[in-house]
Amino acid sequence: MDDLYREHILDHYAHPRNHGTIEGADATAEGMNPLCGDELTVDLRIDAGRIADIKFHGRGCAISQAATSMLTELVEGRTVDEVAALTKDDLLAELGIPLSPVRLKCALLGLGTLRVALNRHSGTPLPEGWSGMDEVDWR
Amino acid sequence: MTPVRTPLDAVRLRADFPILAREIAGRPLAYLDSANTAQKPRQVLDAMTRFYEASYANVHRAVYQIGVEATEAFEAVRPKVQALLNAPSEREIIFTRNATEAINLVAYSYGRTNLGPGDVVVATEMEHHSNLVPWQALAAATGAEIRYIHLDANGELDLGELAEIARAGQVKLLAVVDQSNSLGTVNPIRELADWVHGQGGVLLVDGAQSVPHRPVDVQALGADFLAFSGHKLCGPSGAGGLWGRRELLEAMPPFLTGGEMIRSVRLTGTTYNELPWKFEAGTPAIAEVVGMGAAIDYLSAIGLDEIHTHEAAISAYALDRLGEVPGLTVHGPTDPSRRGGVISFSLDGAHPHDIAEILGADGVCVRAGHHCTQPVMAHLGVVATTRASFYLYTVRDDVDRLIDGLHRVRSIFRL
Ligand SMILES: Cc1ncc(COP(=O)(O)O)c(C=O)c1O
Repeated sequence: MDDLYREHILDHYAHPRNHGTIEGADATAEGMNPLCGDELTVDLRIDAGRIADIKFHGRGCAISQAATSMLTELVEGRTVDEVAALTKDDLLAELGIPLSPVRLKCALLGLGTLRVALNRHSGTPLPEGWSGMDEVDWR
Repeated sequence: MTPVRTPLDAVRLRADFPILAREIAGRPLAYLDSANTAQKPRQVLDAMTRFYEASYANVHRAVYQIGVEATEAFEAVRPKVQALLNAPSEREIIFTRNATEAINLVAYSYGRTNLGPGDVVVATEMEHHSNLVPWQALAAATGAEIRYIHLDANGELDLGELAEIARAGQVKLLAVVDQSNSLGTVNPIRELADWVHGQGGVLLVDGAQSVPHRPVDVQALGADFLAFSGHKLCGPSGAGGLWGRRELLEAMPPFLTGGEMIRSVRLTGTTYNELPWKFEAGTPAIAEVVGMGAAIDYLSAIGLDEIHTHEAAISAYALDRLGEVPGLTVHGPTDPSRRGGVISFSLDGAHPHDIAEILGADGVCVRAGHHCTQPVMAHLGVVATTRASFYLYTVRDDVDRLIDGLHRVRSIFRL
């Protein structure tokens, strides 16, 4: 357990960086982990092809909140293309904790949501498996 | 004369379940996720192995010895299910893969022939998605309207809404869970049966969480259909069942079509088989049904009343001990007599996923998530809860380890 809930994870969980919303954001996306119902919103301000500001909010476990918090620090100031090319391994290296397949989904929720926001703004590729997940409306 | 039974001895019964001897991190499993799926006693595993080793063949088709034995073993489970549910006839017992398939069978075969515009299908806010989505899909396909009985602050159904629902149109079907898998709430099924029958509709009871845990009598409940899963009553996954009133089943068209469910097939037309085989297309889960029969024998020998009494005692103990954990809220009815052996809770400052992970590392298995009841989570204003659920093999030590684990969660998160 001490492996997973390391000091830096707990710190980002208790004090998430870049937490909140951006008024008049250039791009926004909502992500959801269907397994546990966790919800996440990522807002972006994009200036001359760079991520000028990023904020997130939502409800989730320590792993998803900490991973998203660290992700925001990782991408701030970088170009849209660089960020769209970030892989899950890049983020996992940053996290530095061992994750079971289920918790991997928690850790990657923020990255997937960010990539949806970038897709909406700049047409960069969607994360794998995120298309076609539109809500079914029975009414 | 009813046999006199001694109270259930969970410590002794645990020896029947090989998996409970498994160690995780040097400690035996504390399996607190039986509402999700139950563990299997050796009696069930042995019955399936014996069947595969001695009598396995396809059913209803073979004239050779093992084919006859396989058919006999398979069909012998029908009267066991009949007795378990106190159903009037074994012909009313249809084997399915699980409760979900049983509910879908009714939604398609009964629903799509009996509902249309102006009709109302009623579900409740506490339903498992398996007893909710099929009715949403039915409403969308037929033009019928779906209405819901909502939850009150105590996690119980607000029956005050029934009058308003009745005004919405012709109520044709009410689908309701006997015992909630996420709140533990035990519903007033008889009262709901009387109401829906008064409206001229029928009642489907989701018995997934009640049939394994206490005596269920479909006639006393006033049900028209009841669905259950074998894997939650110590049987293997892949077998479950539907009970339905014979007149209704006889009037319904088949659900799946193909082999087994026919009497005769010509290229110009087909005559369907009689009940229950009309609803059992294709080769069934033969050994799994046999295993489910062994599970029913196992539970019946212990006594469902005794199992219920044992779980009530464990639940009362767990509710007490959970009360010791600061910042912990138990969801669902506060009156222990109105709930089953399922306890969902929230702990301030700790997400259910993190709780389940920390407990799991010490071999304490609880479920974290929405338990396939997202509307219940929305009602509670949470995205997920942590859930501990009990069965005949649950002992106080399992609960004690849960509590120890929760204190560890609080210390890791410095709460
Ligand atoms: C109340 C309830 N209904 C239906 C189901 C669905 O059971 P199955 O997945 O075996 O079809 C479950 C299983 O969790 C349940 O708890």
